[in-house]
Amino acid sequence: MNRFDYVKPASVAEAIAAASAPGAAYLASGTNLLDLMKGNVVRPARLVDISHLTELTRIEHRENGDVRIGALVRNADLACDQSFARDFPAIAEALLSGASAQLRNAATVGGNLLQRTRCAYFFDPASGCNKRTPGAGCDAREGDNHQHAVLGWSEACIATNPSDFCVPLAAFDAVVEIEGPAGRREIALEALHLLPGSTPERETVLDPGEIIVAIRLPAEARAFARHARYLKVRERNSYAFAVVSAAAGLVIENGTISHARLALGGVAAKPWRAREAEALLAGQPAGPSAFQQAAAAALRDARPSGDNAHKIPLARSLIVRALAAAAQGTPSRMPALPASPFSSVPGVHQ
Amino acid sequence: MNWTVRLTVNGEPRTLALDDPRVTLLDLLRERLHLTGTKKGCDRGQCGACTVLVDGRRINSCLTLAVSLDGAAITTIEGLAQGDQLHPVQEAFIAHDALQCGFCTPGQIMSAVGLISEGHAGDDPERVREGMSGNLCRCSAYVGIVEAVLDAQDKLTGKTERAA
Amino acid sequence: MTPELNLSRDPAHLRHGSTIGQPLSRIDGLAKVTGRARYAADNNPSGMLYAVLAVSSIARGRVVSLDVDAAKAHPGVVAVMTSANRPPLQADPDGKPNPFAFRFEALQNDRVRYANQPIAVVIAESLEAATEGAALLAPRYQAEPARIGLDTGEAYVPPVVGMGFPAESHHGDAAAALAGSDKRITATYETPAHYHNAMEPHAIVAEWQGDRLIIDTPTQGLVMMRARLAELFGIAPENILIRSPYLGGGFGGKGLMAGAQVLGILAAKLVDRPVKLVARREQLYGPFGHRSPTRQTLKLGANAAGQLSAIHHHARIATSSFEDFYEAAAHVTHTLYAAPAISTTYDAVRMDTGTPLFVRAPGIAPGSIALESAVDEMAEACGLDPLAFRVKNYAEVEPATGKPFSSKALRDCYTQGAERFGWWERPLKPRTMRDKDGFLVGWGMGTATFHALMFAGQARAVIRRNGSGVVESGAHDMGQGAWTAFAQIAADALALDLDQVTFKAGTSDLPDAGIAGGSAHTATVGTAIHNAGAAVITKLAELATSDQRSPLFGAGNAGVIARNGRLLRRDDEGRGESYAEILARAGLDEVEGSGAGMPDPAANEHYAMHSHGAVFAEVKVDPDLGQVRVTRMIGAFAAGRIINPKLVRSQLIGGMIWGVSLALHEEAIIDHRSGRIMNANLGEYHVPVNADIPAIETFTVNEHDPFVNPLGIKGVGEIGITGSAGAVANAVAHATGIRVRRFPVRISDLVPPVS
Repeated sequence: MNRFDYVKPASVAEAIAAASAPGAAYLASGTNLLDLMKGNVVRPARLVDISHLTELTRIEHRENGDVRIGALVRNADLACDQSFARDFPAIAEALLSGASAQLRNAATVGGNLLQRTRCAYFFDPASGCNKRTPGAGCDAREGDNHQHAVLGWSEACIATNPSDFCVPLAAFDAVVEIEGPAGRREIALEALHLLPGSTPERETVLDPGEIIVAIRLPAEARAFARHARYLKVRERNSYAFAVVSAAAGLVIENGTISHARLALGGVAAKPWRAREAEALLAGQPAGPSAFQQAAAAALRDARPSGDNAHKIPLARSLIVRALAAAAQGTPSRMPALPASPFSSVPGVHQ
Repeated sequence: MNWTVRLTVNGEPRTLALDDPRVTLLDLLRERLHLTGTKKGCDRGQCGACTVLVDGRRINSCLTLAVSLDGAAITTIEGLAQGDQLHPVQEAFIAHDALQCGFCTPGQIMSAVGLISEGHAGDDPERVREGMSGNLCRCSAYVGIVEAVLDAQDKLTGKTERAA
Repeated sequence: MTPELNLSRDPAHLRHGSTIGQPLSRIDGLAKVTGRARYAADNNPSGMLYAVLAVSSIARGRVVSLDVDAAKAHPGVVAVMTSANRPPLQADPDGKPNPFAFRFEALQNDRVRYANQPIAVVIAESLEAATEGAALLAPRYQAEPARIGLDTGEAYVPPVVGMGFPAESHHGDAAAALAGSDKRITATYETPAHYHNAMEPHAIVAEWQGDRLIIDTPTQGLVMMRARLAELFGIAPENILIRSPYLGGGFGGKGLMAGAQVLGILAAKLVDRPVKLVARREQLYGPFGHRSPTRQTLKLGANAAGQLSAIHHHARIATSSFEDFYEAAAHVTHTLYAAPAISTTYDAVRMDTGTPLFVRAPGIAPGSIALESAVDEMAEACGLDPLAFRVKNYAEVEPATGKPFSSKALRDCYTQGAERFGWWERPLKPRTMRDKDGFLVGWGMGTATFHALMFAGQARAVIRRNGSGVVESGAHDMGQGAWTAFAQIAADALALDLDQVTFKAGTSDLPDAGIAGGSAHTATVGTAIHNAGAAVITKLAELATSDQRSPLFGAGNAGVIARNGRLLRRDDEGRGESYAEILARAGLDEVEGSGAGMPDPAANEHYAMHSHGAVFAEVKVDPDLGQVRVTRMIGAFAAGRIINPKLVRSQLIGGMIWGVSLALHEEAIIDHRSGRIMNANLGEYHVPVNADIPAIETFTVNEHDPFVNPLGIKGVGEIGITGSAGAVANAVAHATGIRVRRFPVRISDLVPPVS
């Protein structure tokens, strides 16, 4: 780990001032940043420690029905907040399917939004990576790319976003509150992450010094609480990143879908909202035919970026499964194996 | 430059002058406080061997900077037993042979203590498996670990009820 | 079990209350659950500095430059050791004084022969400074193209494979027998490189006291390592003390001395202070050994009734560019199934990787998953149940040699395991079982086998004046339970209660216990302890029976038995006296005896010696998503005498989980362009987590083996993997109807191409 200037500001305003210096990085719990620093993937000149800023640690259930989650709320605390988990069960499930209990106890929700890709070539400083070193080329393109992107990738970068949490956040129209040197702004979570294009080094719309202070879920998203799931396919049954994941939410009235939400994880550089699929689902009976149409629509533009063609049918099947599981109803209790396909049918491993 | 870090380590308040902000909680415990029960298996949050409790919560001490923990209470494997009286999780690990080489064991035990206090797993072996999945064991004592956690959970819950 | 356990043909060892066979909790458990067990890296001698390896990021070429100044400029960095300034060695690291002295890198030149090879060592006052110092070296290289993969370069027939076995072996004419078979299958299976990934990284704390060297380091071979170090540093072996009381896992990876250990010692010499060097996790994927990838082609022939007529097992394996170690992947075929014609052949390529090494169940683990898969494929071709097929082809004698087995209770394993599992309910046709939720269910089985080996080891036993005992052997506990099992054998050997015996192990100044590997440690050291105990008891008996004042006078050696710290007349057990009384009268503080354990050449000449087992597995597979979960496993094993069933259960279950891992999880992913391992970490090199593992059941069947060694011990450390990997692979095939032949089975293998 490189030497760095360590500062501990007393407020968000002080933090922003301190982080405006070149090479500065915010340190929340550090579960991702310290990992990257130990691997010499990033070498920030200054760490602005915000972990003690209690103003960012609250979960507020507002009168208008919105929920505002401070950026420093720990993943585990949000997932285990009873009223949050009741209103946003797919988000809680996604949180609990990520990493390990220890990491969820430490990692913050704001940090989760900004975690970096797990692409092995990004993590390996000796490999060419346009994201790490613009212009260095992409060694994943012709390398081991079994788990890489099938949507929204470019010749410059085929990496995926590893977050579970972001997938249902994108589906349920979460809003990100940002503060920075130029003041305060809000953007849709869906607009936070950028596709690589020719500038994969630019992963989010955050400007230097900007900090995520909160994530807000709109009251309307609670309408999906009775029919919401997050499912995740992975190579080991826990403590593994998604091969593909899907968040699905439905509002079903007399067997007919009135509103649908769908997003995919593990397929692109950002959580992938499937709006066309959502539109197809609305007005249809909640059943296999509608689910399959939605799945086909969601993956229509998918193409392999390497040895990963299997992810396309896999994502389609997972969408069908996630929609079916959502239609069956949110489990009354969090499944023993959150997000596991083996928890996707009632009665299995409950 | 030195950073002053006040920690309560296994019940003992300590004020440390840290000369390097890069020191992780794990390296602080092992290399500076010589509390070597906590182990370094991967140093990257991928194995769980370094699990300790910070303010009662289980975390990976390898991915935590000591300097940012000012004011925290740390419990390590050395602080679990009360004198010669082992913690029920420690007893259960011996009884169920939930260890072999023993290197991941302090992390497993601290994780189990955290899991039980979180209270989500109850007596469901499947929830225990999931909840203990952040602790790799290459000797693969998983079957015994689940048995031990369930057994200790029983004992601890019983005690809690009696106390209440 | 009879109350008096006759451990051997030696009458001195009839005794009440033996702990042998009892499920005692491990003696080292208390130290391990309290954090007091001190592993190598837990040592912090005063004045100690930290050493951190810098390793190469190319797989082949030369180091052109290192920015030593940048590293030295970092506050706290004390020294940078490179090939330019490292202290001399008295022997060439590229020399080959004996077959188990592997060539290694100790900064002898600027050559790079694999990725992650040590190229410098940075020594600093703090771990943080040393770590960053290593990063600041920013090496520049002259790189040459990496030779990676089983198709690189020209394949050749290795001179020998495994522990010196011939690379080509023919029993009967397999080619002719195959040609004449009614049924034939040919299938090729691939296994990737596996890394030991013990939870404890390789570590050394080295301190020079003049020309005396004291080191804390985990090793599975204390005395062998001491000899190698003595040669390298030109000092007497007696001047080297290696302490290795606990290994945080070995699995073969700590069997031989590694170059990094030498570098730690050299660093201590360079700075003349104690030095701690701990390899980082990612650095373990290179200089510390691994299991070679394999590509195995099996050709099986059978007659119309399902009787095997021939097996040809060919293995393509890899070794490094500079050293020879050949995974004996085909050898399992010599022993398992009766076929009149058996051929095993090998070829190999050289790759720009570190040298492969023993990994838990060397040879047999990858060989077994291929053979057990092929046997299932043949059973299916013959329309037979996999177990019925195996029973039909049961080997009554070792097929490749014709030798009788010293013992083989495999039939009992099959029968009892199948019954407990409910195997006979299994439908023959794959992809026909579903659970109530629609998941595909598959049942598979595999035969487990591992050779019952012994190496050479010694022990010393002492009876002290107060009647208590001390037993010493430089044995190694890497988690298998040596501290406990050997204490149990020691207590038995001395006819004392466990708490009356002090067992000492884990340091190089104790009698040579050989190497802890090959599932042979308990047999080897156990026999040595047993014989040392017998020697002491014999001496005590001589003292007593030749002393007129003893109630045992005139009883003669053969007429005395030891029990509970006393010697008794065999013909009149009312007459006897305690060890303490005998020593007191003789005016001795203690009496000492030594014993050795080693293989019996005559028995080995006449008998084939193997452990066996049968493993049954159930998996569930998501039919649409391809995710697999093992839901049930039962392993039945026949492994001779069981010293401690509690520890043995853990060993067997642990091995079986390695089998799950081999079938479903672990794989080193190497970039063929750079030669770098792209998942050199525990996040992406998957080993099973708790949620991957169901409640596994194991049991051992009774097996009395009078030939393997006096104690009848066969060893259980490795057999659990064998059979299990195949059982899981076969269960996946049964669940899905998809036969995956490249391991581990991945989601991409099982996900339907069109949804």
